Formats: sequence, structure tokens, C-alpha cells
Amino acid sequence: MLQALNAANSLQRVNDFVVKFANVNGSGSASANQLFAKSVLRMGIPVAPRNIFPSNIQGLPTWYEMRISEAGYLGAREGTDLMVAMNPQTWDQDIASIVPGGYLFYDSTKPRPASQFRDDIVVIGMPLTELCNKEYSDPRQRQLFKNIIYVGALAALLQIDIAELETLIGEQFKGKDKLIAPNIHALHMGRDYALAHLKCPIGLTLRRSDAVGDRISIEGNAAAALGAVYGGATVAAWYPITPSSSLAEAFQKYCARYRVDKVTGENRFAIVQAEDELASIGMVIGAAWNGARAFTATSGPGISLMQEFFGLAYFAEIPAVIFDVQRAGPSTGMPTRTQQCDLLACAYASHGDTKHVMLLPEDPHECFTFGALAFDLADRLQTPIFVMLDLDIGMNERLTRPFTWDDTRQMDRGKVMTAADLEAGREFGRYLDVDGDGITYRTYPGTHPTRGSFFTRGTSKDRHARYTERAEAYEENMQRLLRKFATAATLVPAPEVRAAREPTRLGAIYYGSTSAAMHEADDRLAEQGVHLDLMRVRAFPFSEEVRAFIEAHDKVFVVEQNRDAQLRTLIVNELEINPAKLQRVLHYDGSPITAGMIVEMIEEHASSTVVPIRRSAP
Amino acid sequence: MTFLPKPKLHHPGLAANTLGFTRRDYEGTISTLCAGCGHDSISAAIVHACFELDLPPHRIAKLSGIGCSSKTPTYFLGNSHGFNSVHGRMPSVLTGANLANRELIYLGVSGDGDSASIGLGQFAHAMRRGVNMVYIVENNGVYGLTKGQFSATSDKGAKSKRGVVNNDEAIDLVSMAMQLGAGFVARSFSGDKGQLVPLIQAALTHQGAAFIDCISPCVAFNNHVGSTKSFDYVREHNEAVNYLDFITEREEITVDYAPGSVEVVKQHDGSLLRLRKIAGDYDVHDRAAAISFLQHRRASGEIVTGLLYVDQEPDDLHGYMNTVSTPFNELVEADLCPGSAALDKLNAALR
Repeated sequence: MLQALNAANSLQRVNDFVVKFANVNGSGSASANQLFAKSVLRMGIPVAPRNIFPSNIQGLPTWYEMRISEAGYLGAREGTDLMVAMNPQTWDQDIASIVPGGYLFYDSTKPRPASQFRDDIVVIGMPLTELCNKEYSDPRQRQLFKNIIYVGALAALLQIDIAELETLIGEQFKGKDKLIAPNIHALHMGRDYALAHLKCPIGLTLRRSDAVGDRISIEGNAAAALGAVYGGATVAAWYPITPSSSLAEAFQKYCARYRVDKVTGENRFAIVQAEDELASIGMVIGAAWNGARAFTATSGPGISLMQEFFGLAYFAEIPAVIFDVQRAGPSTGMPTRTQQCDLLACAYASHGDTKHVMLLPEDPHECFTFGALAFDLADRLQTPIFVMLDLDIGMNERLTRPFTWDDTRQMDRGKVMTAADLEAGREFGRYLDVDGDGITYRTYPGTHPTRGSFFTRGTSKDRHARYTERAEAYEENMQRLLRKFATAATLVPAPEVRAAREPTRLGAIYYGSTSAAMHEADDRLAEQGVHLDLMRVRAFPFSEEVRAFIEAHDKVFVVEQNRDAQLRTLIVNELEINPAKLQRVLHYDGSPITAGMIVEMIEEHASSTVVPIRRSAP
Repeated sequence: MTFLPKPKLHHPGLAANTLGFTRRDYEGTISTLCAGCGHDSISAAIVHACFELDLPPHRIAKLSGIGCSSKTPTYFLGNSHGFNSVHGRMPSVLTGANLANRELIYLGVSGDGDSASIGLGQFAHAMRRGVNMVYIVENNGVYGLTKGQFSATSDKGAKSKRGVVNNDEAIDLVSMAMQLGAGFVARSFSGDKGQLVPLIQAALTHQGAAFIDCISPCVAFNNHVGSTKSFDYVREHNEAVNYLDFITEREEITVDYAPGSVEVVKQHDGSLLRLRKIAGDYDVHDRAAAISFLQHRRASGEIVTGLLYVDQEPDDLHGYMNTVSTPFNELVEADLCPGSAALDKLNAALR
């Protein structure tokens, strides 16, 4: 069934559209959808796939959305250009999400009344179930191959290179070679049917390009785990929680590959799935106290549970690395939806006066580099380091710059006194600031028989780690911790500035996964004559550059994915900036922020002029 | 309680162990606990045990949670690193520390509030994992530092100093440790140094999770008539199933015992545990029978003490995890970082 819309009104686009698959979770659609995405990538066209999924294993709706963009825009976009509607449960909302002139591909085995369609879209029906039932007798096969069959049909409709798909199937089932031929058969079944019965191609087509370059495609969680391997982490303690579990699992996978002694088969790592998040962070702190590099991976609810330990690590000055893959809160919130909502909970975690270092990666490449860097910073600063991912970059495969590593790089283990130092008579005071940077020397347990031992405690102590409640000693220690935090601001990654094409008094500050949408929004705004200088903040505490940037502009938009403008709060609080200068641009419904939303919100404020107060008629 | 600094003067004739350390080298700062506190006796027993075992003090790491018991690591092993962590969470901190360096000896000191109330979960899971450690609970049935509230090991029907009766069932940490797979489980009494010191020595040399529940009366808040954790009550109801002699590899067994009355257990490090049996039919290697015995005696109000269970083929978390013998904190770049070549290969696979 092909209900043709006037060709002039249907979308005509090459390498620039959004395809969305509506599926039921647990139906095996994920691997078929990934196959489709990867084939586009292999044709050299940038793709940003996103899984939109429920907190459930089987039976509920799930979507796989693919932003195809030759221009390289990897942020999410509103509206669907081609909807592959495979889930009757979500039919109405799926049909409604198609842009005017867009396309609907659906299983036409069971006829649907005309009232269920729209007359401003192109409808492409294919009797997928009927084809499968004819070909396969096993119900599981019918289900799985149906997914491959629609990929085959889409290859014909969108002009995907069939050879790329065949190669990918070969790679996917390497080692299970028996499965290759049946999958390729199903692929061709779909393609042949489409070529014979449907109008191919449609107005949305793919053309080979070289816009991908040498970029790689990986999830942020996996990249962060790889960073932990390269950063020298040996102890990982974690408790399963969406969306961070895959980070710990990826660490396990990479350790099995890179950290098993080839001769003895012994492990140079230890991973504990702890009983809860409290135990996870406790183990991390115990291991780091004892000189190993250790981390945990968690999300908002875990951060809440770990609060008391964060305060201990801050006050007793023990390194720790925490990967927080943020999800929509508060409470259980929306476990499978994205937000940047834990900034304040991490920046000032735990009771009493505390401040913590946060790194804010924008993509998997930075998840890797910051993931490794976090361990150097933790050892150098002897304090918890929070690496703030979110579900959008953590759990979706994202096109990113390839990973690089300098083989001459040494781990920075920070200020650690050795047995030789102690033997040579160097004065040791665990909390004695000999260098003036607020960072003091520590010793690992077991270093020397008679020198360098100390008692680590969460209670107040003097410079030699002896318990004290003396006011001066307490204040001096608290002031030194502030000095250390100021040192941290000089060591963390500096913000990145992208200057406007024309001089402007407007600026925008953003961070993390907002990057992709922000860059696209900036291009669109510039086309409309709204010019912005951009600053991407990459860490907390803020460097002086952040203050200078804000001071150099009349109005600065702070773009973030939470309700309460958490980064803005941190800027106001820490830099004592006039809040009136900082305009909130917020998106927090659980979906990733889009360029369209940013453009709309910034346009509104950028164009607003002061309206004089009108006197009411006398 | 005292706040005076401890005198540094040593008697010149003070005996030294084979490492050349005197007992003073195993002591800490002066205790700030109440005069007569059972916990101080346990600290003294730890000092005694480590001195006699010739343990280099700096090769022991002592960890604790929060409470009176958790303050005690300051009062022993002054040359060891100590970690007074957060309430009820010593087991996780100790587990992490143990993973980082398998060569040190880990001594966890906790209390009944710390382990049975707020920290019951961590206590249980550390036992399950078989962390190589000595875990001592200084069990007095009350929160001393907050002035005498009941803890979760308080017996049902026990009376507080103010006359309040505890209606909640007591948690028996010994039974739990056994059920959860601890390799070495004992109960002792702070008032019986002769029993406690060899148990600590045996626990320190045991490979795997060793747990000692040490009844330690609180002289300030739980030593009255009506308490089931007072000196008088424990002395009256103490039923030792055996007495232990700890024998290092170097020593020889010279005394003969009547057949059947003694069992010798050889430990991983070569040391011997000589068990003088009191309850003749008690088998320290039968976990299920031991649990049943304890439950029956408990029902009749007796406090069973002694070495209650020991695994003859113990293993620990490092064994289960198949970790390298080098402590993690000594691994260097070459051991840990796969380098740029591996990364290039990985990049290629991600295109």
C-alpha cells in the first residue's frame, strides 16, 4: 500500500533526516536497529542514535531514534521524518510525531482504517508479519527476522549500500557463522519485496560521504570505563543502577582484555558488586586510603546514599573517583531519562562545609580523557572527584574523536612520602601544609616500622592528625581545605571558548551533553543574526576565565538540563556574579535538549527590548 | 577517663620479642574510656597477642567505625596506620583496604551498635565475601557514648540502668557469622584474658574472615542487676566449649594430653591451634552442628565461648578473585596501562 502524497509536498532530503523506530522492548529490535545505524556510519554519514526506553525488560514501548546529519549535528532533534512504526501500542503518538511531508513505514498485514492515518504524510505499508509467517514456522524466528526484513526494506527505500549491511552482519555473527546466511537471506527478502512492490527510493536518501572521518562510535559509559583502565584503577566497587551499570560492566570487560597476567592468568584488578552504594563508596575510600586507585559508578539515588562517606573523604582527605551517570530525579524520578540534575548534590555533598571537584565531559572522548585524568586529580588533591556523565552520553553510542594516549605519561600519585623520605628525616605531618597549596603529604599504611603512621579520622584533628576540638586548629584546617580547593581550580580542565563570528555582547555557558545541541543552535542563531560567544565549562571549581567571560558580556545565557539552573546557582554562589546577568535556559523533561529548544528560548530573550511603562489613560 | 599524656619512659629491662620490639611498641596513646571498661582489656589483649606473635606493628592496619569500641584503635598499635571511619561502615572500608594491599594484616574493631544495629548489612556482607581480616566486636549491649540506649545485641528481657526492659529479640552475631561463611568464629569475654589472647592470635594468623564476638561489659551503663552483659552475669553464664593454646611454628608441643581431649589444627601459616576440649562432643569444624548447639544453649540462657568454628581449608576474597600476588598499590604504569597501540586497535574496532 502506498498512499502517495503530492511529490512537491513530501520531504526531499539527502543525508539529513531523523528516522525513528517504534518497537516493543524485548522483541530483539535493538540489534537490527543498530545494524541500520552502523550501515549509515559506514557510508561515511554522521549518525547519532538514541535509545528511548522504559525501566522494564519486556513488553513496554521503546524507541530508537537516529539523527542522520551530514553537517555533523549529533544533538537530538524534534520531529520524525521517517517513522518505522512497529508497535501498535504507541501508534497514535508515533503518527502524531511525524513532521508534515514525512514518511510512515508500517506493517500492513492487518488493515487499518483510513482514520488512523494522516493525509499530510507519505504512508508506506509492507505486510511484514505475513511475509514472516510464510517464510518461518518458529515464532521466535518470525519475530527476530521481521526486524532484519524491515532493515532490508529500508535499505531499498533509503538507498543504503546493501554491501555494507552484509559486511556488518558478517562481523556481528563472527564465530557464529551459521547465523550469517539466514540473516542475509532475511535482509534480501525485505529488500526484494520493497524493490518489487514499493516506490523506491523515497524522498529521504543516503549518499556515500566522508563526513565521519576518523571518528569512532562508542557509549560514554564504556569510554569512561576505558579511561579508568588507562588511568590505573585497580579497585572498582559498585551497585547496579540505571544508567551507570554498563560503566562497571565495561570496566570488567576491558580488564578481562587488558589486565589479566598472560603467564599466571591472575588479575590486576578487583571488582566488587557491593551490597549497596554505601558499601561501594566505603570500599573505594578504603582502597584509596591504602594507595590503590579506586572508583565507583552510580547515579542520583546512589549519590544520595553516599553522602556521609563523601564528607569523610573530603575531611580526612582521601582520594576517590565517582562516575555519576545522571538520570532524571528527584527520588526514583525517571530512571531511564536524562538530566543534568546532580550538580548541586555533588558539588556540596555531605553535611558540614564541603566542596567537591567535578569534571563535566561533553562526549565519549572526554569521558575517556576525564575518566583517566580523574585518578591523577584524586591522588594529587586527595579528595573525591566526581565525573558527571548523563544518560544521554552514557548509554548512547556517540560519534566521537578517536582515543589517544601518550605512552610516556606517568600516573601522578600526588604527595606520598616513602620509607626513604621518612628514613632521611623529612618531617611528616599528615595535615601539615609545607608547600602552601593546601595539599599535605600522606603515607600509605605499612610504609615504615616507626615513622609516618597516623590515624585517619572524620573527627577534627591537628596538623599531625591528632584529635582536637581546639578552635584555632579546626579553623586553620578548614581554611587550608579552601586553599586546596583554590589549587584544584588551577588543575582541572579549563573552559573552552568558541567566539562568535561577529563581535557581540551576548554569551552562553553550557556543559556536558548539551554541547551537540548548543553548537547547532549557535549556527542557527548566527544565521538569524543572533551572535553568541560560547563558553563550555568543563569542571568545578571554576577558573578565573569563567568570571572574566561573564564580565565581558552584558547578558550570559546558562544552558542546562535541569529545573533549578544548578550550574547557574554554582556560578552565582562561587563567583558572586550578579544573578540578573545570567539568563536561565532550561530543559528538563527527561528527553535530551535540542537545538530547536535552545534557539527558541534564546531568541525570546535576545530580542526582548525594554518596553516603557505605559501610563493608563488619565 | 584521663587526659594525661602517656609517659614515654620505659623500664630498661623490658622484654623484647624476636623483632626487638617491647610491648610498649605495640601500645597506643592512653585510653580515654571509663576506668574498668572491658574494652581496655581487649586493647591490652590485642597488644599482648601482637607482641607475642612478633608482628611488625606497621604491617597491621586497624580500622573501626564509630562508638566507644571504635575509639580504641587509638589506644593500641601506635605504629600502625589507623582508620576511624563512619558509623557501621568499617567493613566496607576494610574490604577496600584489603583489596589494595593483600600483604598487610587487617584488624577491624567494632561494637554491637556499630555492627549489629547500623552496620548489620556491612557486617554480613564482609563475612560472606571472606575478607582476610580479624573482626572483633566489643559487645556490651548498649550505646555507651550516647549514654546507655539498648543496642541490637541486648537480650530480650534485659533491663537498662534506668529500669527499661528490652522487648526486641537480640541479634546473635556469632550465629550470623557462621551462617554467612566466616572461616573462623569465636566468642570470648573481656574478663578472661587467658581465653581471649590465644583466640586473637589464632584469628590474626587465620586466612580469611575471622570473627570474635567479645562480651565486654560497659561499667557505666550496663553492669547492673538485670543486665545480661554485666561482669557478674557473664561470669555466671559463661560456658566455654574449649580452651585454645596458640602455638607458633617454632614451638614444640611438650605436654601430653589424654586421647580425645585435645585437637590440633594446623593453620595456613604453619601455626598450630591446640584445642583443649571441654564440651567433649563439640566439633569446631561442623558449621551446622555448631549453629544448632549455640541456639540451644542460648535458649537456656548460657553464653557459649571459645573457638566455635574453624574452616580447615580457608580461602579469602583475593583467592576468589584470583588477584595477583603483588599488592595493587605497588603496580605501576606497565602493569596497568594498555598503552597507545592497544588504543589504536580499539579505535579501529569502533568504526
